[in-house]
Amino acid sequence: MLDIYGELFKSRLLLGTAQYPSPATLRQAVEASSAEIVTVSLRRESARMRAGQGFWELIEDLGVRVLPNTAGCRTAKEAVATAEMARELFGTPWIKLEVIANDDTLQPELFGLVEAATALVAEGFKVLPYTTEDLSAAEKLAAAGCTVLMPWAAPIGSARGLINRDGLKTLRAYFPETTLIVDAGIGAPSQAAEAMELGYDAVLLNTAVAKSGDPVRMAQAFSRAIEAGRLGFEAGLIEPRDMASPSTPVAGTPFFKIDRVS
Amino acid sequence: MQILVNGEPVATDARTLAELCATLGFAQAKVATAVNGSFVASAKREVTPLAPKDEVEIVAPRQGG
Repeated sequence: MLDIYGELFKSRLLLGTAQYPSPATLRQAVEASSAEIVTVSLRRESARMRAGQGFWELIEDLGVRVLPNTAGCRTAKEAVATAEMARELFGTPWIKLEVIANDDTLQPELFGLVEAATALVAEGFKVLPYTTEDLSAAEKLAAAGCTVLMPWAAPIGSARGLINRDGLKTLRAYFPETTLIVDAGIGAPSQAAEAMELGYDAVLLNTAVAKSGDPVRMAQAFSRAIEAGRLGFEAGLIEPRDMASPSTPVAGTPFFKIDRVS
Repeated sequence: MQILVNGEPVATDARTLAELCATLGFAQAKVATAVNGSFVASAKREVTPLAPKDEVEIVAPRQGG
C-alpha cells in the first residue's frame, strides 16, 4: 500500500487534472486510472467567469482525494501563502510544494523549497515537495519533516522519462523508509513501470495522459504499467550480466559434442 | 479608492475584504484570499481593512498537475 503521512492507498498512480480535452474526458480518465488521489491547483477567480466553481463540483463528484499544488510559485513566500490558501480552499493539510527556478526547465528551486517546506511543516502541513534527485536537498527536506519526497524524472511536460536513472536509484537507496514518488517528465507507461521497478512507491503524472490521443485508454495503460512495475519490484528483478546464460538445460542436448564447446 | 484585485485595478468603496468579496459576488463562492502577499482566512475577512493600493488576490480551485 502507498503510505502518505500514515494514510494508505491501493493505487500507486497520482493523476493530474489539467489539460484534458473536456471535463467529461477528465472524469473518465480519472475513473479509468483507478487513481485515488488527483492533483489540483488554485488560480485567480474572475467574478464574471467563475471557472473554479464548476471545476470544484466535478472534482467533489469524483470522490477522490485532492492534492493541491503551488504551481508557478517562484519564492518560498509565494509558495507558503499559496499553500495556506489551498489548505482553506480544499480542506486538506496536504500540499504538493512547488517552488520553481525558471521557465525553461521548471526545475525545483531547492533553496526556496527547503525554506518553504520548513515553514509549512511548522504550520502543520503535510508537505509533498516536488524536488530533484539531489541528495543534499532530500536530506534537508527529510530533516524539515517531509516523509514523502517527489523527485522529478525529467522537466515537467517533457515526456523524456527517467533522465537520471542512476540518481533516482541512489535516492531510493538512501531513503529506504521515505515514500518516494516520481513526479513529472513521464511520457510513456514503460517509463512509469521503470520507476516502479526501481522501487519507487508511486508515480505522479498528468500531461502524458491528458495530451495523449486517447486519455481514457492511456490512463488505463499507466495504471496497468505501474501495477506491473510494482509487482516486478516486489518479486525481485534478476541482475543484468554481460554474457549469455542458457535458460534451456544444457545437459542432454541432442547431437551434443564436447569438442564444439568453446 | 483604487486597489488591485487579481492584478487588475479596481475602484471600490469596500472598507473590508469581506465587503469587497461581497461586492464582487464572491460572498458564497468557494474562494480563498490574500492581501499584499499574505493569506487572509475567510473568518478574518470581516476584520481585514482595505487601504488604497492594496493588492488583493481572490483564488478558486482549478485544474493542476
